[in-house]
Amino acid sequence: MNTAALPRWVVAVAVVGGLFLVLPLVAMALRVDWPRFVPLVTSDSARAALLLSLRTSLSATAVCVVVGVPMALVLARTSFRGQRLVRSLVLLPLVLPPVVGGIALLYTFGRRGLLGSSFSALGIDIAFSTTAVVMSQAFVALPFLVLSLEGALRSVGTRYEAVGATLGAGRWTVLRRITLPLVLPGLVSGAVLSFARALGEFGATLTFAGSLEGTTRTLPLEIYLQRETDPDAAVALSLILVVVAIAVVGVAHRVRPLDRLAVTAAGTPRRRAPEAVR
Amino acid sequence: MVLSFDATLADRDFDVSFELADGETLAVLGPNGAGKSTLLDLLAGLLAPTGGRAALDGSVLFDVGPGRRVLTEPRGRGVSLLAQEALLFPHLSVLENVAFGPRSRGVHRTTARVTALHWLERAGIGDLAGRRPAHLSGGQAQRVAVARALAAGPSLLLLDEPLAALDVSVAPAIRTLLRDVLAERSAIIVTHDPLDAFLLADRVLILDGGRVVESGRTGEVLTRPLTAFGARLAGLNLVPGRRTTSGFVGVNGLHVPLGPPVAQGTDLGLAVRPAQVAVTLQAGLAPGTSCIRAAVDDVEHRGDVVRVHAAGMAADMAPIDVVTLDVVAGAQVFLTIRHADVAVYPVNRPSLPGPVPGAPLTGDRVDP
Repeated sequence: MNTAALPRWVVAVAVVGGLFLVLPLVAMALRVDWPRFVPLVTSDSARAALLLSLRTSLSATAVCVVVGVPMALVLARTSFRGQRLVRSLVLLPLVLPPVVGGIALLYTFGRRGLLGSSFSALGIDIAFSTTAVVMSQAFVALPFLVLSLEGALRSVGTRYEAVGATLGAGRWTVLRRITLPLVLPGLVSGAVLSFARALGEFGATLTFAGSLEGTTRTLPLEIYLQRETDPDAAVALSLILVVVAIAVVGVAHRVRPLDRLAVTAAGTPRRRAPEAVR
Repeated sequence: MVLSFDATLADRDFDVSFELADGETLAVLGPNGAGKSTLLDLLAGLLAPTGGRAALDGSVLFDVGPGRRVLTEPRGRGVSLLAQEALLFPHLSVLENVAFGPRSRGVHRTTARVTALHWLERAGIGDLAGRRPAHLSGGQAQRVAVARALAAGPSLLLLDEPLAALDVSVAPAIRTLLRDVLAERSAIIVTHDPLDAFLLADRVLILDGGRVVESGRTGEVLTRPLTAFGARLAGLNLVPGRRTTSGFVGVNGLHVPLGPPVAQGTDLGLAVRPAQVAVTLQAGLAPGTSCIRAAVDDVEHRGDVVRVHAAGMAADMAPIDVVTLDVVAGAQVFLTIRHADVAVYPVNRPSLPGPVPGAPLTGDRVDP
């Protein structure tokens, strides 16, 4: 380790900060009741919650991709009045407390909500259903995908698209064969982040979808409930979420922009060995 | 005529019009910011003019004016653009890059690949078809870009300094390739390099500040420039002057005897290469030469030669001579030119800034 460039106290504070993030996870891992671990995480309620969480999070990620890709394209490739305002609004769920998001969804799609009353008349009730879970998760996860994809689109630029157009490609061909393949790494990392955010969703889900076992009780909700009755089960399930989170972060880091891959492939200049400090 | 172009772009102070004959290659020269890239972007459809009209092979590229606004999409223009950087799609193989144009025009995948392979072989790189762009050298990538631009079957090929980003060791080979493929097609090449214009283009258009300042046959413009600007691009000294009873008299006093054809009082220009201007401390009196006395304005080091500026002319000297003669700014020297090395010609060419000058020039070469 080479710390010569920094004052020692900066390094010390950084280490304290790192411990602050890592220590709680270690503490939790130490509390895991290993002999009962497998039965705890495979109980009926735990299995139901885990499967529901995976199902809804994947659905929410799909929703994010379907609506988020066009949103990112519009934000990155067009200009219109009020674009900055629109971008701020899209990012709002990032900073909004999820409970507030849940309440907002309730007053939109709830039985007596803005749109929900019309749906109700058609015999469709969204609130407190699995659909509501997916909507809550998509609501909070969408900004992650839009943000990361818009960044990728901007850094790729429009030059390749212009070349494609002069070669005779229509807008759809340019989008399908040039733009989307070029930003695929950004799309994948955005989708992975969205999935992770959806998997951890708690506040909006509880408010808008409630906590019905097998229907709306996702893993975070199950953990919160188990904590009252069986803390060991809560800890075991938490560990599962931690492992999933670590895997997600790993994948998101793996996926690098295409041009950086290209540079690596062409052979990056080997870094010279640092000279010994006297 | 295959292309007619007339466009203005108010916010860039761009106002250019020209025409291009079928199979002709036009070189566009000019300094940075002269409007060269704007010209190409307008043709390719990457930029919309504020006014003007352009048509290629009878179909309108754009037609913008009061009450009318036609802008054909880039894909429908039949114009391919080859840029300074190859800009190969990094996620597609070399073959798929070249097949992109034909496939975008609805050609079947297999047929498009055959076409692509044909053009890759034409560009001398058929063996690279399976590679990824990341695994190509700069010269190879530009060859692929040439093949890709041609495979799209354009009516007009636009080249934006295609050699500028290349290593000096590979540029000549690509230049030869371009010379080969440009021979039979209509093309516009933007360049900084008079050599490219000489080798690749039939005609030259010199832009400055968004306006055409000179245009004509390549040999004409680059050996007999009309403006100081054109002379600089061509690497020539241009001495403006007039026809007198005894011949040419330049504004700097340079006198060259002339034969009879040109009428007295005509505005003339004298062009001579800096390498053919001799710098001495004594007046040269050899027959067939002319000599003027001048004070050195500036001495500029240019690699293996030293360029001396005096009396509105530039002279290239060997460094050893500069030291021996002690040529520094302010020194009094004599500039000598051989009559055999200069071209003297009228400079008020009437057809500027039009397309091809109709009549050949009547400028006469001085008898030695």
